[in-house]
Amino acid sequence: MIEKPHRPNQAAEAAFSIQKHKIILTINEVEQEIKVDAWTTVLDLLREHLHLTGTKKGCDHGQCGACTVLMDGTRINSCLTLAVMHDGAEITTVEGLAKGEQLHPVQEAFIEQDAFQCGYCTPGQICSAIGLINEGKAKTPEDIRDLMSGNICRCGAYNNILKVVQEALERERS
Amino acid sequence: MAVRSNNKFSRRSFLKVTGLAGGGVLIGFNLFSACKSDTEMPKDISELNFNDFNAYIKIADNGKVTIFSPNPEIGQGVKTSMPMIIAEELDVAWEDVYVQQAPLDTEKYVRQVAGGSQSIRASWEPLRQTGASARQMLINAAAAGWDVDPGECTTSNGVITGPGGNRIGYGEVVKDAAGLEVPEEVSLKDPKDFKIIGKDIRNVDINKIITGKPLYGLDYSEEGMLIASVLRPPAFGQELADFQKLENFDAIKKDHPGVVDIIRFENKIAVLAKDTWTAMKAKKTLQANWQYAGNPESTEDHDEILLGLLDGNDFQNMRKDGDVEKAFSEADEVLERTYESPFLPHNCMEPMNFFANVTDEKIHLVGPIQTPEGTANQVAEKLGRPLEEVHLEMTRMGGGFGRRLYGDFVLEAAEISSLAKKPVKVVYSREDDMTAGVYRPAIKYRIKAAVKDGKLTGYHLKEAAVNSNMYNLIPNFFPAGAVENYQVDVANYQSNITTGAWRAPYTNFLAFAEQSFFDELAEVMQVDRVQLHLDLLEKVKGSTDDRIQYSPERMQNVIKTVVEKSGFKNQQEGVYKGFSAYYCHNTHVAEVAEVVLENGQPVTKKVTCVVDCGIVVNRLGALNQIEGGIVDGVGHAMYGDLTFTDGKPESDNFHNYQLIRMMQAPKVETHFIENNLSPTGLGEPTLPVAGGAVANAIKAATGQRIYKQPFIKHLDTKEVIG
Ligand code: FES
Ligand code: FES
Repeated sequence: MIEKPHRPNQAAEAAFSIQKHKIILTINEVEQEIKVDAWTTVLDLLREHLHLTGTKKGCDHGQCGACTVLMDGTRINSCLTLAVMHDGAEITTVEGLAKGEQLHPVQEAFIEQDAFQCGYCTPGQICSAIGLINEGKAKTPEDIRDLMSGNICRCGAYNNILKVVQEALERERS
Repeated sequence: MAVRSNNKFSRRSFLKVTGLAGGGVLIGFNLFSACKSDTEMPKDISELNFNDFNAYIKIADNGKVTIFSPNPEIGQGVKTSMPMIIAEELDVAWEDVYVQQAPLDTEKYVRQVAGGSQSIRASWEPLRQTGASARQMLINAAAAGWDVDPGECTTSNGVITGPGGNRIGYGEVVKDAAGLEVPEEVSLKDPKDFKIIGKDIRNVDINKIITGKPLYGLDYSEEGMLIASVLRPPAFGQELADFQKLENFDAIKKDHPGVVDIIRFENKIAVLAKDTWTAMKAKKTLQANWQYAGNPESTEDHDEILLGLLDGNDFQNMRKDGDVEKAFSEADEVLERTYESPFLPHNCMEPMNFFANVTDEKIHLVGPIQTPEGTANQVAEKLGRPLEEVHLEMTRMGGGFGRRLYGDFVLEAAEISSLAKKPVKVVYSREDDMTAGVYRPAIKYRIKAAVKDGKLTGYHLKEAAVNSNMYNLIPNFFPAGAVENYQVDVANYQSNITTGAWRAPYTNFLAFAEQSFFDELAEVMQVDRVQLHLDLLEKVKGSTDDRIQYSPERMQNVIKTVVEKSGFKNQQEGVYKGFSAYYCHNTHVAEVAEVVLENGQPVTKKVTCVVDCGIVVNRLGALNQIEGGIVDGVGHAMYGDLTFTDGKPESDNFHNYQLIRMMQAPKVETHFIENNLSPTGLGEPTLPVAGGAVANAIKAATGQRIYKQPFIKHLDTKEVIG
């Protein structure tokens, strides 16, 4: 079983807690200067400070993948990452994937496969699938199943999500 | 050919039609009272006003139809399938239909009174009649205009065609239709003419979901809203002994200036802050003393107590046919087995949360709940306020699985808001969610069977459960009616650990126990496992026992079909198959699981599933629920386990509580039995079947019979590898 990740320890937090930190982030192609506390995670920053609630919280411990976003093209669990550590980074959330009316191919594939039930894990699954494609490691359905296993779907929509990723990978190749 | 339907529900008592000031017509219908019997209905429609309805169809004068779906969406797709049924009978194109979760966008706020647990089965008839009634009124209006017999008019895709080439769109006659009487009798479509039902229809919220729009309770916020993180007793059986609010507040304020208030209520303490992180972090630093007021219960205690109950005589009888004791004493062979299951948390993907703003004028509640009506009542009662002051809005839910039938977290939010006099949202962390209770209770079953002259002559099922026992339909499930001497007895132990419904209550474990037992029984009887099941069903055919819930014909049909589709009887090198069939929630299901050994470990690769759920309303939605139920069933049978030490749950997040992940999820192949029978529910019935199919396949693969869940804990892997 996976080890429970460490949160920044309390003493370090206390030392930081006095001042806010100024960082610059490009979120969904908009560059913004943001003041954050040292302990604010990217997830809390997105959801509570910037009101981008598309990114979900499921465990806050890096275990479920509901909070997956793309940071500089790489998928990360945003609940595990402190915002101050990413000054200058480029973040894409589920809200920023479509270009105007034009959905991202992975979003389209989600519609095509009806790959969700309650839909709560879906934003994380979409970002994770895009990250996986960017990584270029997954070749077979078995690879996809392994590499998508950081994203829990409590509703069990796994087979359709698998089809989404397979379809997106094929589109990518052709 | 249309079917005349003189419905048993008087449509007058659940439909009301009115013209809208801005054009168009509004048809209000009372979906859930329509599902009740006539005697429960108010006698006179004039006693009702529009606020008494909970679902609406709006037909605008451009012909576009908006259906205000009354049902909370928890992922089972009713928000799509229910409007599909209305649209079918209304005879409009699905593309012209918009579905909106009530409340309605009219001047008046509409109180939600929808119940969440009602199934498609209960609403099928009233929904069809509602759509058909609206269609008939539009026809009547058009016919009056043309001065022809309404019987000569037909409809298609929202257009009425009359004799002599007359054509008119629904939108153009809505104004006239609004003034007409609701017809007493309407025609329903012949299922073979269905254009929408049975098709693949995408979930109506799909675009919002994939673009991350705020749909869920956890996404909801209001100006000035505070986040409340609640400290509850760390262990069941404990209560708050001592808590110094002022000292705590002073200490916490220093480290967490964002904390606004601390509220003690009942046995709980809420920390209110401007953001979630501060509230949750500050909660962890609270200094409070807890003491045991009840028993500190541990899993070993439960095991001992429940097994003690099974060994004892303190049972309540649920059904008794013939004389099982006599059958056992006369038997050639007796097989007795005990099956054991743990507590399970629901673990909805979206942790529990609810918004409340309690003011002197009203109580505003927003969030994900499956039982808005009952919960609004409870809140009114708790706060000693009239029900009229409670306004509850439902959001989309990140899963339910039974957990959101219970409004404990809504009551918390309301109470905190009323004490703090501020708008608050109670937010559970995953740890709060997994440790706050309302679990699937631990249950043990003992099944004993008598075999004489190669026949099953006696069957005795005993249940020992924490807190509550099986509902009274279950004793009339299979094999009731198939065995001459048949008895079901139950006993329970009252625990201070809170429990409740969990997807497919009772059957979620009973089906595994029973279907594993029959696998073993077939071995003992040296007969074919599937044939044993079919033969027993044969005996139920033509039975005059009207308590029997399942249909032996439908059950035999799903069984034969799954055997054929899965190639159950065909040998396949290295692939081990397990069979299981079960009826619950009015749906008949049979499954075959395929297990292979990877590094000596059994892995479920595929499940073939055959379902008889009557007419399939939305194929896509149905497939999704069937697959989800199977993956859930396999996952919890394999891994689900919540244990306790001294009343304290021993898992609290996904690092120490295993949920099935993509790499462990089997492929699912689904086949429907096609018929024109009324549709039955799909949210639950495929789940119970899966555990038995997997256990039987594991037996075939490893030689080991598993009697306890989770399988992963009770499977002797050394023996497998050896
Ligand atoms: S919320 Fe980040 S992994 Fe679960
Ligand atoms: S769709 Fe509900 S958790 Fe994945």
